[in-house]
Amino acid sequence: MTIQFNDETFRDKYTFRNSEWAIKRFPFPFHEDSYMYAVNMEQHRGGPEGSVYEKRFDVDEHYVSEMKDRAIVLDQDPLRCQSLPHMTLAGWDILELIMVCKSEDYPDLFELHRNGNQWRWINRPMGIDHSFTFMDETTLPYGPMEYITRQAQGDYAVLDQRDDMLWMDAGMVTTQADWSLDFDIGMNFFEWHAPVPLAHEMGIFQRALKFLLNIQQGAPARRLNWTMTVNPLLDTSPENYHKWGIQKTTLTPENIGQKQHLRVELQTFFRLPRSNAMLFPIRCYLCSFEDLMTVPKWGRRLHRVIRDLPDELATYKGFIDNRPMMLDYLTQFDDGLPTSPGIWPDLETEPPLSK
Amino acid sequence: MSKFEFPKSIISRPVWGTLEVRSGEHHLMIAEAEGAKATLDIATPELMAHTHIIYIPRNTDFADRLRALNSAQFYEGPSYSASLQRIRRVLSDAHMGLQVYLSGTEGVMGQAMNEATAVGIPHTAIQTEHRGSVARRMQCVHCKGITEDVEVDPYVCAHCGLNLFVRDHYSRRLAAYQGVRVDAEDHGNVPEQKAIYE
Repeated sequence: MTIQFNDETFRDKYTFRNSEWAIKRFPFPFHEDSYMYAVNMEQHRGGPEGSVYEKRFDVDEHYVSEMKDRAIVLDQDPLRCQSLPHMTLAGWDILELIMVCKSEDYPDLFELHRNGNQWRWINRPMGIDHSFTFMDETTLPYGPMEYITRQAQGDYAVLDQRDDMLWMDAGMVTTQADWSLDFDIGMNFFEWHAPVPLAHEMGIFQRALKFLLNIQQGAPARRLNWTMTVNPLLDTSPENYHKWGIQKTTLTPENIGQKQHLRVELQTFFRLPRSNAMLFPIRCYLCSFEDLMTVPKWGRRLHRVIRDLPDELATYKGFIDNRPMMLDYLTQFDDGLPTSPGIWPDLETEPPLSK
Repeated sequence: MSKFEFPKSIISRPVWGTLEVRSGEHHLMIAEAEGAKATLDIATPELMAHTHIIYIPRNTDFADRLRALNSAQFYEGPSYSASLQRIRRVLSDAHMGLQVYLSGTEGVMGQAMNEATAVGIPHTAIQTEHRGSVARRMQCVHCKGITEDVEVDPYVCAHCGLNLFVRDHYSRRLAAYQGVRVDAEDHGNVPEQKAIYE
């Protein structure tokens, strides 16, 4: 299918909207009626047609506008994209991986022509047609990681692997759930996760690291993570928290359906061939409560998950103060009926709301 | 009070040790303020014969006692930044097997550790011991400015003036803890300042 790209903003007037197509393919992160941390890794080998799992790097209707938003963030704060000196080779690995995947998975949108090291890259949605020399930085307007991640949705953490550990030594981070690349760059896997409550004690990070260290080339993995964001704001950075934090207090019972968004991260993990580094894309999807409630199963389930979430997690995810108002809203969409297992909307088989 | 038991914290928070004599041909000891006591505690004539001491007094007066150790070299610098060029020179001349001993406040140990690792000294050859003030070196996550010697939480950023909450999240690269606006969700509602470990 051909994607119709939205012209929308993720700031100021917040004209961001999800089409019906985008709502139905939204990666709802709860496979049952409750939530607790889990390693929850699976192979990233495609998925149902049209789902966000289908392609290696999902492109959707928000692509062009998200890339405009990224450019604004980088103009205001170039420290959102950084690479320690030993990570340049990994940058070329990333450029190659994304260009190859996108041109194979979306041949109508992207083309890659390779003749030895002479490459031509065509990105139709963004109007780019660029010839350059692979592995020669002087032929690109930015470093290789920055060049290609200015053209790919989602944040990118690049993890070097040494001493049986992963080190966050490069990244492009403009759509983050409140963490700072500039502060965390150079940290190891346990250090950058240090502020996460409960999960260390549960052994989550030890097991996740063991899994990630063994990821092989050509066998990427994926998992979902989630949080809450008031307004469809992509750049929920600590750098700008002193400006956006106050937006959390603008929720009212009247506007919560439109303003409160479930924020889901599709996290994927790719081993890179030359550097042996790991590419860790963190793709952010936003969906308003109102739009989520159009899927009866998700309405029932979201109410139960938010109601039963431990306080530590609601605090860490930053919505403990707004939880009562969320529950007042969500309870209208929970009629107590059972829900089908798994994350999919199951619109054909799940009963409509009977309330 | 010169030895302080830091409360248990998150994994990114550094853990400081206790200096002990290691064998080696060359030793560099950087002692800031009360950190001089840690140097004095382990000094032996054999060790001192191969040791370069860099002492940054900051209102302490251990210079005479340190000088009396007759170390191979002794330097007293008025501040960390005044001593930094010398520290870099000594580290760049370092021979294989140099042992580094850092003692004093977290801010100076963290910065000196960065200098040592930047020239390739393995972390296994660097020892630390916290002594003296428990003040923190803080980075404002918003304006990126560093405020030295922060003793209270929340504190006022010396650069942008925001009231910042003192986090335990620590960056070794910056040798600093992270400060985040404390009243971001309720402007003007700033909790009363208290000592960081109060």
